[in-house]
Amino acid sequence: MKLGIVVNEGPYTHEASDTAYNFAVAALEKGHEIYRIFFYHDGVNNATRLTVPPQDDRNIQQKWTELQEKHDLDLVVCIAAAQRRGILDENEMKRQGKDAYNIAPGFRISGLGQLIEAGIQCDRLVTFGD
Amino acid sequence: MAMLHTVNKSPYEKSALESCLNHVSEGDTVLLIEDGVYAVVKGGRAANALASVKGVKIAALEADLKARGIGGDKITEGVEVVDYGGFVDLVEANDKTEAWL
Repeated sequence: MKLGIVVNEGPYTHEASDTAYNFAVAALEKGHEIYRIFFYHDGVNNATRLTVPPQDDRNIQQKWTELQEKHDLDLVVCIAAAQRRGILDENEMKRQGKDAYNIAPGFRISGLGQLIEAGIQCDRLVTFGD
Repeated sequence: MAMLHTVNKSPYEKSALESCLNHVSEGDTVLLIEDGVYAVVKGGRAANALASVKGVKIAALEADLKARGIGGDKITEGVEVVDYGGFVDLVEANDKTEAWL
């Protein structure tokens, strides 16, 4: 089946980012297609490449990036949610006149239309969050 | 049309499970994940609520049960324990998935 996944909660908050990641891995192992993973609300915090968790803890952002590389996933960050929380790509940095950007490799910033489209295109849309 | 309902908050903290159980239809499945798995602890008010819902499958995520030390005879009767692959299968087996956040 074709799956869409929504992540509404930040990493290291409760467990939603971990659950979403483990679900995605299990779905891929079973041969399902993941059409898109959409990061919304505090979920956009999964996409900062500046996270530095302790060495004995998992690096959730890095796990997403690695999974994206391995399976060529479409990881989309909601632009309005991202701007509120300081998640910028190079283009947005310039547009907003900021001095840095922090989006992690493998993620892209786009609009809510991408979530709507995933809802239309996918057989199932599964939401994780608070 | 069968639906999969996921509940990820403890029934002793939030009312998500209660709301969910008030809306489920016969043939649906309720999957307890994260702190939602506390609902299956035998003898608890939430476990009794789960038992009172008829015609609905109750499942709980194994990894989240283990992480909280809930296993064996601590789990109330009628709960199917599934791994992440089982979670994926439940998503596929039901027409829609609703997360009670």
